[in-house]
Amino acid sequence: MSTGPRSGRGYSSLRLYVAGESPGARRALDSRKRLVTASDGKIDTQVVDILAHPEEAEKAGILATPTLSDDSIDPPRRLIGDISNIAEVLAYFGYSKKDSAP
Amino acid sequence: MTATQEIPVDPVLERVKTGVEAFDDLVMGGLPRGRTTIVGGTPGSGKTVFATQFLAHGITDLDEPGVFVTFEESPGEIEVNMASFGWDIRHWREVNKLAFVDASPRDSDQIVVGDFDLTGLLSRILHAVKNAKAKRIVLDSITQLFDHFIADQALVRRELLRIATALKKEGLTVLMTAERNSEYGEISRHRIEEFVADNVVILRNALDRERRRRTIEVLKMRGSRHVEGEVPFTLVGKQGMVAVPLSSLRLEQQSGTKRVTSGNPQLDEMTSGGFFRDSVTLVSGATGTGKTLLVTHFLAGGVAAGERALLVGYEESRGQLFRNARGWGVDFEAMEADGRLKVVCLYPEAQTLPDHLLMIHELVEEFEPQRLAIDSLSALERIAPETGFREFLISLTSFIKKREIAGLCTATDKSLIGSHSASEQHISTLTDSIILLRYIQQADFMHRGLMVLKMRGSDHDKQIRRFTIDSSGMHLGRPLEDAPDVFDDAPAGRPSAT
Repeated sequence: MSTGPRSGRGYSSLRLYVAGESPGARRALDSRKRLVTASDGKIDTQVVDILAHPEEAEKAGILATPTLSDDSIDPPRRLIGDISNIAEVLAYFGYSKKDSAP
Repeated sequence: MTATQEIPVDPVLERVKTGVEAFDDLVMGGLPRGRTTIVGGTPGSGKTVFATQFLAHGITDLDEPGVFVTFEESPGEIEVNMASFGWDIRHWREVNKLAFVDASPRDSDQIVVGDFDLTGLLSRILHAVKNAKAKRIVLDSITQLFDHFIADQALVRRELLRIATALKKEGLTVLMTAERNSEYGEISRHRIEEFVADNVVILRNALDRERRRRTIEVLKMRGSRHVEGEVPFTLVGKQGMVAVPLSSLRLEQQSGTKRVTSGNPQLDEMTSGGFFRDSVTLVSGATGTGKTLLVTHFLAGGVAAGERALLVGYEESRGQLFRNARGWGVDFEAMEADGRLKVVCLYPEAQTLPDHLLMIHELVEEFEPQRLAIDSLSALERIAPETGFREFLISLTSFIKKREIAGLCTATDKSLIGSHSASEQHISTLTDSIILLRYIQQADFMHRGLMVLKMRGSDHDKQIRRFTIDSSGMHLGRPLEDAPDVFDDAPAGRPSAT
């Protein structure tokens, strides 16, 4: 999976789709905090609880949780499952830190 | 797969009608309510049609809204594809009788790392169920879901089980489709049926002797009985899937004692008073022995007695049939003008055997004849594989009897003298009476002979009677004495070489 050509872009927003209070959701929310910190505030993440807002999941076509999605581009770019490896997540969404690229 | 919760199920399984009548008969009235049925089939076997019909029937006839979870085609595509069956999906969506969960592949750039679950999908489904107050749900097809998460098959299995359990808890009757790789191989890819299904139904679209034959089979019904074996079906515009009932399932035809004329007084005499009203008679003979003449007598006799008669012809055109009849002193035109006769001619190849059967059903519903002739069954036999033909015959004969119609069918022998035709073997056990027409050689002269071979529930003349044909039809003469064995191929012994 390539990191895409969009490194060095400015402020942007990702959406994190989680399911309520499940262990997976808690882990993902945890990772999200670290992600925001690691991006020096350049990334904002909006959390969508699909149990409370299933219509949002329908609109975005979300099947799996947790899903971290950049819905601002077309087609949307999505990372499903474990988002605890912050460096890889940043790279995948195009915020590559030069020193962390594999 | 052990952690399934115990879900209470009503011991008397309530049935949910699918809208495919003959199929519902196979499963004792419909799919069990609140259970999960897997419908497996190769691509093009009719899974989506069956699934949509299941929802459509609930919406239009039973006020049971539905949810369609699509993993393959988009809702828009399904709307268009199903329109030819007369299902107004757009309208149902507008009045909130049908909700879609669109899980069809979308353009997105995605990777999967580590563990995840399908709560996204489940919550969307439950949301749609709640909104539409759904009682029925379709997931089409589960195989696509596995393909979507190709690297995580075990996880998808786990999640699918979780979804199925949740849907059951909601009291929904669930129909999931699954792709098969071959018509007679494993039930489905990923062996979905093993962990998720209470019931398994297989749709087939098999190639048999260069002809497509669609069938539906119930493979498993947990906790209830079902009828075994493949049942043919056809896809009909404005209706959807129509299975062809093998009505031998229900042997409820009462044997009447009412006689009707064969149209020929001498033949009535030979059969001790004519044919039975709710019976099927087979006239078997080589070409030119007078089968169509007997059919003509049969129809004219009915019309003369004030009945309505229907003829379905597969060998000759209307023009030919009418000309022949005129030659024997019978005016088909006048009878049709009076609304007493209906003659329908078409090529056997014009449609499949199940379609022929449905057409006959429809003609009978519409015209309500008291007698029906089919000339000939042999012509139909050539378009179908053997099993299909046998099913057709069973279905046709039981239909004729149930409607209390006097039926007359013809079969053409392949050789001119004696011999059995293949169809005769099939038909003979299914018909109540058999009349043989034969060429019989005596010295230097070729006679035509008629004999009543079998007449269920009645005495009959067992002699072989010589007959002649003139401008007023068939005339039976004296019995043939010293006639050679009518079953034998040729006087010289069997089998005839050419």
